[in-house]
Parts: sequence; C-alpha cells; structure tokens
Amino acid sequence: MGLASEKTPIWIARDFSKCSGCRRCEIVCSLFHEKRVWPEASRIRVFMLAPGIEFPHFCAQCEDYPCVQACPVSALSVSKETGAVIVDSSACIGCGKCIEACPGRIPHMHPKESKILICNLCGGDPQCVKVCQEGLWNALRIVPRGNYSYKLYARTPEEIARDLAVKIFGEDGERYV
Amino acid sequence: MIRGYAGKFLEVDLSTQSFKEVEFSDEVLGDYVGGRGLATKILWDRLGDKWETIDPLGQENLLLFLTGPLTGFFPGGRICVSGKSPQSNGVVGSTVGGEFGVELKCAGYDGVIVAGEAEKPCYIFIKDSDVEIRDASHIWGLDAKQTVAVLTRECRELLKARYPQKGEWKEPSILYIGPAGENKVRTAAVAAKWSHAAGYGGYGAVMGSKRLKAIAVKGTGPLPEVADMEGVKALMQEVCNNAYESELWRRWGTGSAGYEVGAKTSSEPVRNWQEEWHDERSFGVNEFENRVWIKQYWGDFGCPTTCLKLAVVRSGKFKGAITDNPDYELQAYLGTNLGIFTPEENVYMASVIDDLGLCGIQTGNILGFAAELFQRGILTNKDLDGIELKWGDAEAFAVLAKKIAYREGIGNILAEGTYRAALKIGEMKGVDVMPYAVQVKGVGVGAHGIRSEKDYPEIYSYACSVQCGDHTSTACMPLDDFRSELMMAFHDSGVYCYFNVFGLSRTVVFNFYKAVTGIELTREDWVAAKAMKIIQLQRAMLLLGGPDLKWNPEIHDDNPPRFYEPMPSGPYKGKKIEKARVDEEKHKYYELVGWDERGIPRSETLRRLGLDDVDKALEKLR
Ligand code: SF4
Ligand code: SF4
Ligand code: SF4
Repeated sequence: MGLASEKTPIWIARDFSKCSGCRRCEIVCSLFHEKRVWPEASRIRVFMLAPGIEFPHFCAQCEDYPCVQACPVSALSVSKETGAVIVDSSACIGCGKCIEACPGRIPHMHPKESKILICNLCGGDPQCVKVCQEGLWNALRIVPRGNYSYKLYARTPEEIARDLAVKIFGEDGERYV
Repeated sequence: MIRGYAGKFLEVDLSTQSFKEVEFSDEVLGDYVGGRGLATKILWDRLGDKWETIDPLGQENLLLFLTGPLTGFFPGGRICVSGKSPQSNGVVGSTVGGEFGVELKCAGYDGVIVAGEAEKPCYIFIKDSDVEIRDASHIWGLDAKQTVAVLTRECRELLKARYPQKGEWKEPSILYIGPAGENKVRTAAVAAKWSHAAGYGGYGAVMGSKRLKAIAVKGTGPLPEVADMEGVKALMQEVCNNAYESELWRRWGTGSAGYEVGAKTSSEPVRNWQEEWHDERSFGVNEFENRVWIKQYWGDFGCPTTCLKLAVVRSGKFKGAITDNPDYELQAYLGTNLGIFTPEENVYMASVIDDLGLCGIQTGNILGFAAELFQRGILTNKDLDGIELKWGDAEAFAVLAKKIAYREGIGNILAEGTYRAALKIGEMKGVDVMPYAVQVKGVGVGAHGIRSEKDYPEIYSYACSVQCGDHTSTACMPLDDFRSELMMAFHDSGVYCYFNVFGLSRTVVFNFYKAVTGIELTREDWVAAKAMKIIQLQRAMLLLGGPDLKWNPEIHDDNPPRFYEPMPSGPYKGKKIEKARVDEEKHKYYELVGWDERGIPRSETLRRLGLDDVDKALEKLR
C-alpha cells in the first residue's frame, strides 16, 4: 500500500432518516477542530426543525463548488487530495458570499471569529463518521468519491426537514415544520 | 472559579419585567453542585423563612431551571426543573432530557431563576446575553406540537432578522407548557421537544401560574472550560463504550419492561394497582417495535444509548397519533394501569397526554383512581359528565384527560392531583376514598410496586423518600447503594442522564466530576456530607409544607393503603406488605439519615452539617 495513495478522494454518504439526533458528530467535530465542545462552531450541525426529524447539515462538496467561485478574496479552495472545500481563515473577510452561493446555505460564520466554517473532511479522516458508525446509527458513511451529482445534497434545512418529515411521519408530517 | 460552570445565572422577574445576573460562590457550587442540590439551597435561602406561607402557585414561588457542571459533557443532556412543588409542597428536583441545558450553558448561563408573575402570557427568549420577555398571547392555548412548531419558526425568524449574515440559524431549544400547565393543573409537566417531560413535582402548573408559556434559548458559545479535557474525552468514550455493549437497553430502552415487569416481577400497576401482574403478550416490546415504531433510535445531546423511539399509529381509529414510544412508566400508567393492553391505544393515550402538557405518570395515576371509583360506583357517569369510565376504554380516558387539562366539570377536582382529589371526593360523597389513592405525600407513586419485593424499591422506599412517590429517587439502605436517593441526588445535581450510568463502575461519575471541575470528590464524602445536606434541606421543606397541606411523618411517611392489601393474582398471589415491618425498616432508615423517631431531622444532624438555621426552623415541629 502506497502511503500517499491512501488519500483517495472520499465522500460522506448520508441517510438522514437514520439520524438519532444524538449530536455526537457535533461534539467530536468541535473537539477536533476547536478543542472545545462547541455545537455552534461544529462544521456539521444537527438541525431539529421538528422533534424526531433531526439531521446533520454539512457541506456536500458540490462538483462545481459554487461557494469557491463566489468568494471575492479567494479564501476558499478545493483540496486535490480529498475534494473538500478548504477555508483560508486568514484571508476570509466574513462577507458571507459563499453562504449566498451555496444551494444549501451550508457555510456558516464561526460564532466568535471572523471566519467561515465549512467541513474539510478532517483531511480525509472524518471524525463525525467514526462516532456515527461506532453508535451503529450509520447515518453517515464514507464512500469513495465518484462522478455523481453531489450538489443534490446541498439543500437548505427547511427543504431537508420537510422531505424528512413526510418520509418519517407521512403526508401529515409537513405541518410540523 | 470552579471549571465546568458558565459562572452566572440569569434571574428574570416577570412581575417587574426585569433581569439580572446572579452568581454563586465556589463554596456554594462546590457544596451543592447544581440542579437539584443547588435548587434546595436557593429555595431555602430565598424562601426558607416564610416557606409555610408560600403558595406554590402564587407569585412568590420561584421556578428554577438549573444545569449542572456535567451537563453537556456527560453523555445524555438534561435540565433540572424545581421550585416549591404544588404536589408535595416540598422541593422536587425533576429532570428532563434534551438540548436545553446544553444550549443554556452555551449562552453563558448555568441556570434561569424565574420570579414573580407576568400580567399577560409571555415567553422568555434568550440569545446569549440578549434576553427578552416576549408576548405569548398567540401561542397561549396551543398544544405541545403546535407550540413547538410555532415557536421554532418564530425564533428562527427572529434570529435571522436580528443577527443576519451568520448563515442558517439552528433552532433554539425550548421548554414549554401545554394547556394543562396554563390551567395550573397540578399534574402538568414542563415539556421539551414534543414528548419529553419533567413531570414529577407539577412544575408545569408553576410555569402556568407565572403565565410563562415557554423559554427558548440559543447559545453560540462553547461549553465552559474544563479542568482536564483529555480526561473528559476519555471518560466520554468510556461511558459510550459501556452503553454500546448493552444492545437490549439501546434497542428497547425501558419500554422492554411493559410486558416483562408484569409477567416477571409482579410490580406493575394494573387497574389502579388492584393487581400488579399481567401476562398479556400483546403488550410485549416486540409488538411495539413491529406495529408502531417509525424510528428505532432517538436521543438527547451526546447520548450513546438513544433509548427513545418514535411511534405513530398507522391505522384504525387512532391513526396519526404520534409520540415517543411510551417508556416503561407510560406503558404502565397509560396502559396496564388503565386496563389498556394494545400498543396502538397506549401510543394514542401518550400522544393525548403530551399534547395537553400533562405528566403521564401522575395523570395515569389519577385516571386509574377515577376509574376505580367508577368501578365501585362511588363516581357515577353523572359525576363524570356522562363518561363511562370503563377499564381499557382509551377514548373515555382521553376525554377525561382533556377535562382535567381544561379543568372542566369533574376535571377541576381531578386537576388537583390524586391526594387532594381524594380529600375532596371523600368529602363530597361522604366515603373515605383514600384507600384507592396510590400516592405518597401528594405524589402518585412511580410504576414500580413493592408488594412482590421483586422489583427495585424497598418496602419503605416511597414512604421515606424526600421526593415522595418519585420512583427515580427512593430511600434505600445502605445509603451509598447505587439506587439510593443520596446517590440519585448526584445525577440530578450534576444534571445528566442516569441511564448512561448503568453498568459502569460507581466511581465513574465522580471521576467525571473531577475531570470537569477539578475537584476531588469521593463517593463517601458525597453521601456522608454533601448529599446528606441536600436530603436534609429537602426533608425540612417537605415537613414544613403549607400553605394548604402539611405532612405529619408519623402518618404520612407510609405506603399507600393498597400496598397492604394481598395481591389478588399472579405468582405472588396473596403477598402483601406488613405494616409492622415497614415501621421497623423506616426507623432504621431514620436512624441512618439522622432523623429522630418521629422522622424529624435531629438537631445534631443539622448542626453537624452546618444547617443551624434549618434546625431552628424545625424547632416548632419537634
Ligand atoms: S452522530 Fe450520526 S446519528 Fe448522531 S446526530 Fe450525528 S449524524 Fe445523527
Ligand atoms: S455544499 Fe455549499 S459549501 Fe459545500 S461545496 Fe457546495 S456550495 Fe460549497
Ligand atoms: S468530516 Fe470532519 S470537518 Fe467535516 S463535519 Fe465531520 S468532523 Fe467536521
């Protein structure tokens, strides 16, 4: 096994209907990147627009990366190794153009510093997937990145929540969101 | 400063519509920890000298929402709700799962103290240090699901409008009451999500008396600094690994017991505890799993067990009823205790109770009581406004539950809780109905009987508990037993989910406390000194009681009369509890916790613990 070749681009597959709402992913993501338990500074955030329909909201790594293109100061780039969006926080001016450009409004500002937060796949070893798998919820799973329309997963919390509510509670579900 | 705390508490006075920040010294936090422990200290210091005159539903009462140092770190987030209880007239620490406690700490507060009484319905909105009292007239009257839906939308809009550019705002965490709390029903719960409830104590009614419909909080900060982050991480992993091993507990939660407890240990309430045994296989957990579950794992912040499940009735006349799958307590109290033995009807009852904002345990207790009075012809269908309150009739029980929540007709009497209703009905009918009231000092007992002596509570467990009928906090010996209320007071004061402790060594929670706070605390020291102090304070306030009811331990430190009747069925048929044995055990327990033969904390006990003012206040009872 070659050392460098271990970093084949990956993607995090997601089955929202399996999400238990435990937020273990938020805890490890913030511990890993911020050294604190800090749900709002986690790059993966679990939304609960209605009880029972919790789901993780995080970067889908769209194939055309609209956020990267929208950044006026080139603070965003794409990692060749992982396919993740990399934020250069020293360059980020916190204008929020990437949020507007993202079809899922996924990037968000760090709550205390002027830098945007976007999942960087932990450099190829996603911490969130580990805990989700460890707990056997399997809402998150690592798969090799291929030539697919990942952009379909970049959806707003409202869109995801409505679909999920119908899937979980039936037609009626939507009225709770 | 002690690590693990945000360092300040928010005090809101609804009468003057004002806020301030309050701090407690390291000494107080070290001694009382948080949650239930700290609640006793705050209540005694602030209300102790006039305790007997404080009406739990009057504006002088304080309503406390307290986290603990372990909230957010120990897997399974919770918040502790307390105040003078409108059920026991003492202090009950009642905890509820969810994200509220974590969110509050992220906003920079260890707790919220609510004083006074608002003129109009309101809710408190907290975004970090921005606090606002907002009008709630548009949500007053809404049921649980509607309240959550409207508030979640409204608060997110507010966040977006006030704090633009941040990206999408996550929803705030919400605690609220349903119609039952608004109508000051003494069995009303403080609810989280749709179906999570701080039920014991009746604090939903206190919230209603203050016209406080909800508290919504969004915190954007990190959890406080801890003393030893590597230690905390390792302990989190240890707790999680232990939970992952318990497959049946994770898969079924306490819901596995709805059939098991009846069939195996004969300690499940059936038809208002007339029996404690059933072998009704339709009520097995597999039936719930196959027929009503739509989500197998559902959990609160950081939880590895995710023992909750979501259930929906898919067909039949209760189609569309949604709730978290009834846990053991609700399978018992909204199932077997009402003669209901099908998952669909049980889920329907639980969803009705959620929506009304009632406590499922306390309300199940009172519904069973009413049904037995109907069975005995003491309450007629005329008394019940035409309801034929037959065992097993979920629709009839649901109609009565609504009457309780809205205080209509007989509901107005039953809304006072089993004990007070029994006094009233006894007077009305000229019959002593207390033998059918399965409660201890105003609190309906949890769904674990003691007659078979095969389940966990000891025969004096409810009789001597400072939380009365609360099955999560029972008296037992030795005092450092893992089921003892002195140990339970640690979980309720650290404020985290006790279900994630099962199977772990008993030092883990204290190691966790040390890693978070930096303070060394041994189990011995906790039990002999700190918990002891908390228990004495709770006991003192319980005995002082007032203004409408007072407890005399010689009479009221006792089991419900039903537990002295022989069991009519099952493998323990004929078994009952002997009063003489209860008295004997009770006195042993009194001795251990330093109470005199009449159950009043001894002067020397209180003085040794530095509670001289409590000693003085109890003088009049001696
Ligand atoms: S760890 Fe998995 S199950 Fe838990 S909240 Fe995150 S995505 Fe959901
Ligand atoms: S999902 Fe949003 S943040 Fe991620 S690549 Fe696409 S546009 Fe960028
Ligand atoms: S892969 Fe890493 S950065 Fe991305 S959400 Fe998961 S833990 Fe956070």
